[in-house]
Amino acid sequence: MKCDHCDKPAVIHETVIRSGVLAEVHLCAEHAIAAGYPVPIEQPIADIFPQVLGSAVKVEGAKTKERTAKCQACGLTFAAFRKTAMMGCPACYEAFMPMIAQIIERAQAGATHHVGRSPVGGDDSQRLQKLRVKLTKDLESAVAAEQYERAAQLRDELRSLDQPIRGSQP
Amino acid sequence: MNQPFVAAISQIGPDSDVVVTSRVRIARNISGFPFSSRASNPVLQEILRVVRRAVDHSPHATPIDQGLRWIELQSASSRDRTLLCERHLVSRNFATSDKPRALALSTDENSSVMVNEEDHLRIQFLCAGSRLTDAFQSAFKLEQSLALALNFSFHQRWGYLTACPTNVGCGIRISAMLHLPGIQIMKETDRIKRAARDLHLAVRGYYGEGSESTGDFFQFSNQTTLGATEESLLGEFNDVVLPRLIGYERDARAAALARHRTKIEDVVFRAQATLCAARLLSAEAATKDLSRVRFGVIMGLIKTDLAIVQRLLLQVQPAHLSVINPIALEGDDMEREARATLVRQTLALANPEMK
Repeated sequence: MKCDHCDKPAVIHETVIRSGVLAEVHLCAEHAIAAGYPVPIEQPIADIFPQVLGSAVKVEGAKTKERTAKCQACGLTFAAFRKTAMMGCPACYEAFMPMIAQIIERAQAGATHHVGRSPVGGDDSQRLQKLRVKLTKDLESAVAAEQYERAAQLRDELRSLDQPIRGSQP
Repeated sequence: MNQPFVAAISQIGPDSDVVVTSRVRIARNISGFPFSSRASNPVLQEILRVVRRAVDHSPHATPIDQGLRWIELQSASSRDRTLLCERHLVSRNFATSDKPRALALSTDENSSVMVNEEDHLRIQFLCAGSRLTDAFQSAFKLEQSLALALNFSFHQRWGYLTACPTNVGCGIRISAMLHLPGIQIMKETDRIKRAARDLHLAVRGYYGEGSESTGDFFQFSNQTTLGATEESLLGEFNDVVLPRLIGYERDARAAALARHRTKIEDVVFRAQATLCAARLLSAEAATKDLSRVRFGVIMGLIKTDLAIVQRLLLQVQPAHLSVINPIALEGDDMEREARATLVRQTLALANPEMK
């Protein structure tokens, strides 16, 4: 069987639910990797196609970042954070991206954004508008990447912005 | 602080047969400071000063609360710190640490703020029985009044920032302390714990994080704090999870009594007999047997006021006992004798037939 996107032989065969309809997916190695499946064959990655090498370099880059990341504000290193699971200061959250995003999303059952109250006195309507735009964009790319669980989570977060009871008013 | 009767943990409220206490706790940090664990003592002192000013000027000092009392933990005696811990107003770490830290506490002991725990502020409302909606509203009322004077650390994506990244977002912990002897007797505890974990709930013991469950008391709390509004987290816990847990326990009690009546009577009356006859009692043994007597009272096997048993559960804890008997040392025979005497006399007074 051929790949859905090109003429190469498909190595991944899956049945998925897309927009409520059952659909069969057949992908060659390249398109499988591009869609986020684990590498399906024994062949060395470099032989399959050069782009994957690029992403391997990216992974290596992320690992280096994990080893060297340090918060400029309080001096906490990511390695030290790893040991105690305690951040040093608010700025650590930016300094330890993207590793911290993974940790938070895993701990929060896949949740990706805060949709609750914000400090009294802040301009909440503007913040919510920005959040709505970002969530919509993230939702579109999650659907495009066929990450349906994440898409469902983002949809729920987007919907909760419309709940009538919103807390920032005293 | 020496009066145990104010403490929520020693009172009874709605659904007290299962729900001992309801609690809502909100974590907040003040912008411009490192989190408590990375702050030096002078910085922690400065945080205390800033928070104290906010507490003193808080419009929350309404007639209901008559303001918040400020207790510096460093200058409090070790007994007073343990008293606070036994009343579930502070964590054990907070009680034993030697860093500058304080507790702001309302006269009715329902509202409190731990300052310089893991987060700069842990704003709490704790009350007896199933009253999570009240706890939620009161905790946020206090949070909002403090927010008028303090600038809380907030991130566009992650919401309120906390020292531990797993608490970001709403920074809210909704919890209920439940008495589950029925589930325990029906050997359903592991199943309930598994179900709770599937619902992203944490299950802890009598004294919260890292503690074992004593006397069939378990604390359930939400673990998800991101991606949902505060109201929906409360709704999920209060309208879905809690009624289900209460239902399981009541069903388990009824089933246990229907199927194993003699066994239950044996456990309950044995515990009662021990408490009415023992001359030496450890805190652990007293808690365990009082939990069984509590179960017996609820099931109508023992005719005693539930409030008296609930109060004893707090009074037998070491620091509370030492208020009554200051000479005894924790764990020695004199202490265990004082505990046994207190329990024996209280139960005899409550029910003269028990003598």
